[in-house]
Amino acid sequence: MSTNILTKRIAAARAKGRLGLIPFLPAGYPDKNRFWDEIDALDESGADIIEIGMPFSDPVADGPVVEHASLKCLDAGVNLSWILSELAARKGRYKAGLVLMGYLNPVLQYGLERFGRDASSAGVHGVILADVPFEESGPIRAAFDPCGLVLIPLVGLNTTPGRMALYAREGRGFVYFVSVLGTTGVRSAFDTGLPETIRTGLAAAKAAFDIPVALGFGLKHPDQLKALDGLVDAAVFGSALIRHIDAGGDSKGFMQVWK
Amino acid sequence: MKKGYFGAFGGQFVPELLMPPLLELEEAMERILPSREFQDELKSELAHFVGRPTALTFCPNLSRDLGIRLWLKREDLAHGGAHKVNNTIGQALLCKKLGKTRLLAETGAGQHGVATALAAARFGLDCVIYMGALDVERQSLNVRRMKLFGAEVVAVESGTKTLKDAINAALRAWIAEQQTTHYCFGTAAGPHPFPLLVRELQAVISREARVQMLAQAGALPDYVVACVGGGSNAIGAFHEFVPDASVKLVGVEAAGSGQPGDWHSAPLSKQGSPGVLHGMHTQLIQTPDGQILPSHSIAPGLDYPGVGPEHAAYQASGRAQYVSVTDDVALDAFVTLSRHEGIMPALESSHALGWVLKTAKDMQPGSNVVVCLSGRGDKDLDIVNDYLAKKA
Repeated sequence: MSTNILTKRIAAARAKGRLGLIPFLPAGYPDKNRFWDEIDALDESGADIIEIGMPFSDPVADGPVVEHASLKCLDAGVNLSWILSELAARKGRYKAGLVLMGYLNPVLQYGLERFGRDASSAGVHGVILADVPFEESGPIRAAFDPCGLVLIPLVGLNTTPGRMALYAREGRGFVYFVSVLGTTGVRSAFDTGLPETIRTGLAAAKAAFDIPVALGFGLKHPDQLKALDGLVDAAVFGSALIRHIDAGGDSKGFMQVWK
Repeated sequence: MKKGYFGAFGGQFVPELLMPPLLELEEAMERILPSREFQDELKSELAHFVGRPTALTFCPNLSRDLGIRLWLKREDLAHGGAHKVNNTIGQALLCKKLGKTRLLAETGAGQHGVATALAAARFGLDCVIYMGALDVERQSLNVRRMKLFGAEVVAVESGTKTLKDAINAALRAWIAEQQTTHYCFGTAAGPHPFPLLVRELQAVISREARVQMLAQAGALPDYVVACVGGGSNAIGAFHEFVPDASVKLVGVEAAGSGQPGDWHSAPLSKQGSPGVLHGMHTQLIQTPDGQILPSHSIAPGLDYPGVGPEHAAYQASGRAQYVSVTDDVALDAFVTLSRHEGIMPALESSHALGWVLKTAKDMQPGSNVVVCLSGRGDKDLDIVNDYLAKKA
């Protein structure tokens, strides 16, 4: 099997001696026009993978920053048809790998097979569904696999080695390691020094998976990256980017700080 | 059948971070719940703290007027004033056996919050209740009751600021607090094993009612009727009668105002479609894009855009029938039962009763009809007084 493009993007960053950088922005944030300018800027400023949030009314894995941003996008009329048709119109434009992240229900209503087809032909490489644990992932993988779209596993500090092995069997692209027992953006997972629990969890994930490990949730400032050196392959920034934009900044400035 | 499913409905659609506590609970449920020690303790609590068995009351006046034999299963007489305590006592006991020291729960109207808080007080557990900010305002009496029992009440300001968002907030809190805290889910919904666990704890309603009917009426009921929000009192009232094919099971949802374009709380009987919310695949009120819509009912305890997965499965199989009545029908039933039988039903239970009052003329004369009176109506007096004032 050929190496997945998401895996390749992170490997390329590692080859340059840095972590893969994975910014996250909810589709349509801060507004439907500026969003695509921000995605362009993220791509041009060295994002290795770009995660685009698919807004959902009831995002149980997200903290207040991402939830508020998602609800604002829903109010502006963002839906999967808009996201996928806009992406299709921009196909081939991005150097970065593209991942859609969200919750199952909107995808289910769109239709699993139809979503797999449309996302794949719009240039999307992978999908993260925050409310789909291994037990429920079979039908989704079955719908996405034929289109070459990968379902990215999500594990955390309380995932046992046994469960990591389940995810490792089916995991493609990269694995998303959640660094806090909590929701997105709620608090900093750690300061400049890395707590032993995260170190142990990351080591377990590195041992279980043969795809790159990306750390997400709770990254607030660039100094944290140093502590991750050698332990992970990539880092995801969600709430931090939204906060940066809310404070009047833009994606280019954000990426310059983190890179 | 796949683990945690009722036909096509159910499942465990939660973030991986919640799988360890759900698996732990599932294991505890299978091991501890059936044990003699647990069952003896639960039975004793239900008898001496909750006040079970609750009465099965025949309604002579309405029976005469309607031409049927109307019986009420009196969950309003359970401690706390509603069926909710059957579940919270069981889960509080389970929490102790799991070695956890804290209960967390969501609440809409506040009835489940009160039942959780009083169970926590009884068993010496800490307690935190998540409640939509709008509900905190609308149900201030229950907020005061919870606090009196020692619970911390967190007003949830996100989304629609009602039950749906209180559940989101409680699930989020559980991710962070799973090591010390048991999530005492309030209805027979949510991710597996909650629909099964809550059903097992509420089934005491139909276990008693079946025996009582045979003793008092000398027959099984022709109908068992219960209101359905999430569906815990209904699943409890139905469960023991499911194998009795002659017993018609009727779940009554809240149609809201009944005006076109207004929100309602009837995903089974009005316009729901299958989808995933709060950890379960079930019937939901949602947009074609899969965004969950707000719900509405005059009965705060029915105000929910989803429904427990076992009800969705009973509807699909045809074993139970699901209907809805409007706010007005429920309010009239509230007044009728108070006036004619001296019993004030909760507005939730008034939906079940309202359907019977409306439909009795189409039933075989003399039919034995059991209505699950899931709670008492004192909490609803302000709402009912406003309605009567407007009507006058």
